[in-house]
Amino acid sequence: MADIAQPLPITVTSGRWNDLSIRIRRSAEYVVIPLFAIAISGIVFSLLLLSLGKSPLDFFWLIERGGFGTAFSIENTLQTSSPLILTALCVALPARIGLVIIGGEGALVLGGFASAAIAIPLVDGHTPVLLTLSIMALAGVIVGGIWIGIVGYLRYARGVNETISSLLMTYIGIATMNFFVEGALRDLTNPNKPSTKPIGDAYMIGNIPGTEVHWGFAVGIALAIVLSILLSRTTFGFAVRVSGGNPRAALAQGLPVGKLIVICCAIAGACAGLAGFFQVAEIQGRANASLAAGYGYTGILIAFLARHSPVAVIPIAILFGGIVASGGLIERRMGLPDATVLVLQGLTFVILLMSETLYGRFKIFQVGQSTDRT
Amino acid sequence: MNNAASITVLIALVGGALRVSTPFMFVALGECLTEKAGRVNLGQEGTLVLGAMTAYAISYQTGSPWLGVLGAGCAGSVLGAMHGYICKLPRVNDIAVGIAMMLFGTGVAFFFGKPYIQPSAPQLGSFSLGAWTHNKDIATALQINPLLLVGIAVAVVMAWAFANTKWGLIVRMTGDSAASARAMGVSIDLVRFVATTVGAFLAGIGGAFLSLYYPGAWNQGLSSGQGLMAVALVIFARWSPIRCVLAALLFGAAGAIGPSLQSVGITQGYYFFNAAPYILTLFIMIASAGSARAARDVPGELSITK
Repeated sequence: MADIAQPLPITVTSGRWNDLSIRIRRSAEYVVIPLFAIAISGIVFSLLLLSLGKSPLDFFWLIERGGFGTAFSIENTLQTSSPLILTALCVALPARIGLVIIGGEGALVLGGFASAAIAIPLVDGHTPVLLTLSIMALAGVIVGGIWIGIVGYLRYARGVNETISSLLMTYIGIATMNFFVEGALRDLTNPNKPSTKPIGDAYMIGNIPGTEVHWGFAVGIALAIVLSILLSRTTFGFAVRVSGGNPRAALAQGLPVGKLIVICCAIAGACAGLAGFFQVAEIQGRANASLAAGYGYTGILIAFLARHSPVAVIPIAILFGGIVASGGLIERRMGLPDATVLVLQGLTFVILLMSETLYGRFKIFQVGQSTDRT
Repeated sequence: MNNAASITVLIALVGGALRVSTPFMFVALGECLTEKAGRVNLGQEGTLVLGAMTAYAISYQTGSPWLGVLGAGCAGSVLGAMHGYICKLPRVNDIAVGIAMMLFGTGVAFFFGKPYIQPSAPQLGSFSLGAWTHNKDIATALQINPLLLVGIAVAVVMAWAFANTKWGLIVRMTGDSAASARAMGVSIDLVRFVATTVGAFLAGIGGAFLSLYYPGAWNQGLSSGQGLMAVALVIFARWSPIRCVLAALLFGAAGAIGPSLQSVGITQGYYFFNAAPYILTLFIMIASAGSARAARDVPGELSITK
């Protein structure tokens, strides 16, 4: 690395408070730099809007209105952010073991499709609702887990690049769903859009009591916290982090790196598959092409912004949930194409990655340890 | 399937290979150059889509499709230059930047391409190699777009240049060993920057083929992963431009399976056959990833195979 900073003298620390303040200052770097990247993206995007003769103030005001301004829009935002949390987890977890998986979209689509397909014989009005939903969720989780698990297995066993293979698997997954939805499992009573048979209102998951927010949001947050604990507080998590940091050292230590990779990928895929299940059981009521709405791709950006920390995924997913949720409003009010949010996301992603180069450059964050990290 | 039908399918496959392969070829050649210099540009999918949109828009506005092809190359090289510049910053990972450029490129293309979904732009012409036959199917299958020949020419020139020129040597050295390149006084960042930019120029031209010849219209689902498949194809072609061309032809044929079966009335499993190129790519990746020959031919600095 070209930018090796001079090691700072190691500060002698005493007492818990001092220790804590140093920890906060050090981890502040991981908060400040991504926020800085988001701010710069906002500025660059504003310049783009100005050059098109649109008002950036209108744009950000509409995001505020459409995403966070009213109780209704906040509920809408939380709704949108629930698949985003889960698809971001699908990227974040494998990233901790050193894999860049971008196929969450495929696992979401297939997971959603599997839960809708398995529900067809079950939603007859006699099977208990809870049992049906459990089976549906299980189907989504298993199919999603296997789907991304295959990617992990191919990576470890054959050295197949996981980034490319996971995205290829996404296309295969979407084609597989289309194959069934337009063929064997097509609901012939619905001529408009090829879909599976609806699961029916009786079998849809309701809202969290007292809100208009679906349960998927709560489950997403719970999963993020559980995975965070799993990574930071368990032997499994430690083994994963060691393998991600240095696979050869991990192998030399006798850690089952291959197994860990496959397990991480399977859990990741299960998260995305669960997102698919919630899309079907909460929002669409059936599986069709609308499942491939791009949540998997937004999840990639969220995971990178969160630096692959499952807990940090939550607030960022809510932020982007707001942006995605207000997309329609922005398009209508400002006469912008529906890809506007995509451009903002792409721009943020590019600038975020550029900001990676800033880590370790600001002395203010470098306290209490030498700075020669890589 | 009877005899006549299989011949029809076979002709359609050959025609498909000649028609569908060109974008694969351009992206693969561009990526081959970039990877030879030791960097991976996964953003080629975005480059391809942006190239397609730019070509269509310019062709529509100016009435000249060839100007569109040029514009597509330039738009692509802007994305490539961005990728090349960002990756030279310390601590920045080229795979991640590629993903970001993929999302950014497609986003920009969809954003500015919205007004061009409806109107029809002047298309690139073609000529036929099928004058000798009276069979209409064969004559149609042998319609060749000049860009196909350009692609083959680029591949030949590239293969020759890698082996015989100073520039080729510099690119290969940068890709195989950054330390040697540095010792020789070569600027690694500059070589990779140029290789990525030129590579993305080629990928942009591939996009122009998509929107201006086959399928010959601009819409958001135009590429659907072809750029990505072409990147995977470079590994299969073991970083040889000539093998890139052959692999692209193979992929073209695989992509034509679905439509050609449909042309003889086999519509069942249409979606499955649409997935054929992706499945083929995946299997090819599985087969070629572990092979000893790939391990020998891979540029030493490449992060994609590590």
